[in-house]
Amino acid sequence: MKVGVVVFPGSNCDRDMFHVLTDVFNLNAQYFWHEKGLPKNIDAIVLPGGFSYGDRLRAGIIAAHSPIIKDVQKMAKKGIPILGVCNGFQILVESGLLPGVLLKNNSLNFMCEWTNLIVENNKTPFTNQFQLNQKIPIPIANGEGRYFVDGATLKKLKKNNQIVFRYDKIVNGSSDRIAGVCNEDGNVVGMMPHPERAVESEINPIDNKPSSLIFESMLDAMGAKN
Amino acid sequence: MSLEPQELENLKSKIGREPTSTELQIVAAEWSEHCSYKSSKKHLKMLPMTGPLVISEKGYDSGVLDVGNGFVITAHIESHNHPSAVEPYGGAATGVGGVIRDILSAGTRPIAIFNGLRFGDIEKDLQARWLFKNSVTGIADYGNCLGIPTIGGEVEFDECYSNYALVDVAAIGFGKKENLIKNHAKVGDLVVLMGGSTGRDGIGGSQFASDSLESEDRSAVQIPDPFIEKLIIEAILEARNQNLINALKDLGGGGLSCAVSETADTMGIGIKMDVDKVHTRELGMHPDEIMISESQERMLIITNKQKLEKLKKICKKFHVACSVIGQVTSGNLMQVKKGKKTFANISTDIVANARLLDRPSKKPTYLKTIQKEKKFKPILNHSKTMMKLLSSPNIASKLWVYSQYDHEVGIRTVVKPGQDASVLRLDNGKFLSAKIDGNPKHCYINPREGAIGCFEEACRNVVCTGAKPIGMLDHLQFGNPQDPEIFWTFLESLKGLADFAKYFKIPCIGGKVSFYNETPKGPIKPTPIIGILGLNDKKPLVPKKINNDDCLVIIGKTKNELGGSEYYEYIHKFVGGNCPVVDFEESKRNMTVILDIIKKGLIKSAHDCSKGGIGIATSELCMTNQIGCKISLEKVPGEKLNVDRILYSESHSRYLLVLEKKNLVELEIILKKNQVSFKTIGKFGGKKIQFCKGKKSIIDLSVDKAYQVWINSLKELIVHG
Repeated sequence: MKVGVVVFPGSNCDRDMFHVLTDVFNLNAQYFWHEKGLPKNIDAIVLPGGFSYGDRLRAGIIAAHSPIIKDVQKMAKKGIPILGVCNGFQILVESGLLPGVLLKNNSLNFMCEWTNLIVENNKTPFTNQFQLNQKIPIPIANGEGRYFVDGATLKKLKKNNQIVFRYDKIVNGSSDRIAGVCNEDGNVVGMMPHPERAVESEINPIDNKPSSLIFESMLDAMGAKN
Repeated sequence: MSLEPQELENLKSKIGREPTSTELQIVAAEWSEHCSYKSSKKHLKMLPMTGPLVISEKGYDSGVLDVGNGFVITAHIESHNHPSAVEPYGGAATGVGGVIRDILSAGTRPIAIFNGLRFGDIEKDLQARWLFKNSVTGIADYGNCLGIPTIGGEVEFDECYSNYALVDVAAIGFGKKENLIKNHAKVGDLVVLMGGSTGRDGIGGSQFASDSLESEDRSAVQIPDPFIEKLIIEAILEARNQNLINALKDLGGGGLSCAVSETADTMGIGIKMDVDKVHTRELGMHPDEIMISESQERMLIITNKQKLEKLKKICKKFHVACSVIGQVTSGNLMQVKKGKKTFANISTDIVANARLLDRPSKKPTYLKTIQKEKKFKPILNHSKTMMKLLSSPNIASKLWVYSQYDHEVGIRTVVKPGQDASVLRLDNGKFLSAKIDGNPKHCYINPREGAIGCFEEACRNVVCTGAKPIGMLDHLQFGNPQDPEIFWTFLESLKGLADFAKYFKIPCIGGKVSFYNETPKGPIKPTPIIGILGLNDKKPLVPKKINNDDCLVIIGKTKNELGGSEYYEYIHKFVGGNCPVVDFEESKRNMTVILDIIKKGLIKSAHDCSKGGIGIATSELCMTNQIGCKISLEKVPGEKLNVDRILYSESHSRYLLVLEKKNLVELEIILKKNQVSFKTIGKFGGKKIQFCKGKKSIIDLSVDKAYQVWINSLKELIVHG
């Protein structure tokens, strides 16, 4: 079972994600530099957080044009589980794999704090081990984390069950308190908070079990597929 | 700016001829106070710099400590005061960049950033507010982009910094001992410049920082680019893993001039270089400009022909420019050419070693009267005074600052900002605690005792997490050293620090001296900043939630020491009085016993008692735990004092301990056995912060009301002020 961790110039949560995948969940993870292609035998893909290309122009837009994104798009069509975290989410949005945009937080500041998520869709490869409405204590760390969609798209997201996570209260002004969404097929998920920062009890001051379910869901989804 | 007349004469007699203009620029940069430490170097030797854990290697810009199991940590502190006072965003950001490259130079990965920020009175002074806000954004944008967590620091406001800014940045690195870069070079090795292009920004920055800030010389402020810095970090670490780097040096103050001459001088080699080979940002730069430009995000690498191709491949992967600008020669000459024409040909021994000075010192006259106490009208409503203190920008929560810093990235942060010291987990299962502290209000009243107090306070914070202090960083910031009174305060602070360091056997592993910190109204108060690193072999003490019936115990004596306190200065607008003095023996006894108690698992948390005294320290415990507490002031050990003195005296060596009632007897036995002054002074419960003396209620505040003021007032001031 192989998980690809895609690395762009300026990614900075790649090593954290790699540590969690390999040392905490015993997965076979491998880094893929953005200029290379992805092998066919990959079972899941993670786009970690960071500041790809220093957030120039706007977060995620330059990385969305990297060569590797073509392969990510192909994998997405095949139904392979793909998770984008923080800058990874921004890249998935900018590359058209997920709907919406991510704007500057309404405080206009970078925000690093612990929030609570509510699971709104437990049918995705990253949420299948959760109860609906389950709470996840998890940190955010972003400057452009305010998810925005227009009214018509929001309606569509609700209808297709594409809202995966909401904050339990207003954090940054996101449309409908949205913290994470999926594509129509449900296999591509993007989220602003950082699950890799919350799965180890040593550094999670509240409860590390809920966040761990994100990775356990992924394990389950990969197992079911094979 | 150039050399002083006698320095020019000195240079001429050393080289036996007129220097060329390029040589003059190179020497002026390297002989500046900023690069040469000519006023302080002789005296800095009083600090102990060795110890069982200290690893010293030639040519390092950061200190190295062995933390066991084949791992090391590196640490360094720098300031970027002059640039930040002119252009706070760029000045603060490039301050972070510079210290990060110092950590990288040893071959270690930077894993944490700290910063100490000081500005004028932000309640009244709009410029101070602007400087503060933009410095914070500069640090946030730079550190966050690099993915290095900013996990701690301090912010202070004092009128002595009006129209000025102190921006201190410390950084910690971590790596395998075997991966440390052992600087070495052979004749014929290649000198490579890697990273950002060289431009006209930051020309003469080190000389700019070695003079009083009279004109706003914006061209001397460097332009930050954290994205390039991130690429350099990854490229250098990859090159290190492939063993492609023989020697490594950051380009900081003095640019190429300092990097080339210092590298050559410490390794006893010569370097021949061609400015035409340097990749520049603009056309037509004069060799002098190229040599002293302080453009950021550049590293000097010494490698050899066999390794060069691999190094180039790594640079190509990260799209980082790298140019071979010269080679190592025999002898000790620094030769700067442009094509075939020679612009400088001078011994690096001369360039890198300015003549050290023995500046005169004289005790300042103001010190004769400053420690006199003053009588004030009695406080009628102590609750109101406490609320006012909680809203003071120096005491109010700094959440607005540290919530803008990514302090979680790297997944090492066990104890997060906002506590006493921050704690990182290391790959060998151990934990590193770190804290920086300064207290210019104390240092102004008594430079020696104030400096010692900063040292002890940083130690106390680290001890509160269960870690033993293993190393110290000092950053000594003063006004113009040519003024004998200012130089005296520098020497006094340094002597105090040296005495404390020797007594506690804490080696100084790195530091910096910054002079010429002058504002239009005069010199800043003496501002030494002390960073302490502590190591914990076992799990650190992570503060546990306080519940009803938990007990509050104080350790240490409360004395009549309100000089330089927040209470005197913020409430009574009085600068003066008795400066707190550290009793070395009491300090050691208390530290040892706290570490023992934590090891035994007897307490839920330990909290340092410092700015704002017992009054503020206890309130902080209540507010962060959303629980009330009833405190009996008459039980507080120490001198017999009025209630306001007991509440707000800033005596050192004091700790507040929180524990479950069932552990109290065992705790008392240990404290008595160790002959420590202590008393159980309070019990937690309810929703009110209550201070009493006997049966008389002194302060009665709702926890929630106090919390709202404390947590919001700084943010309100910035966002809506």
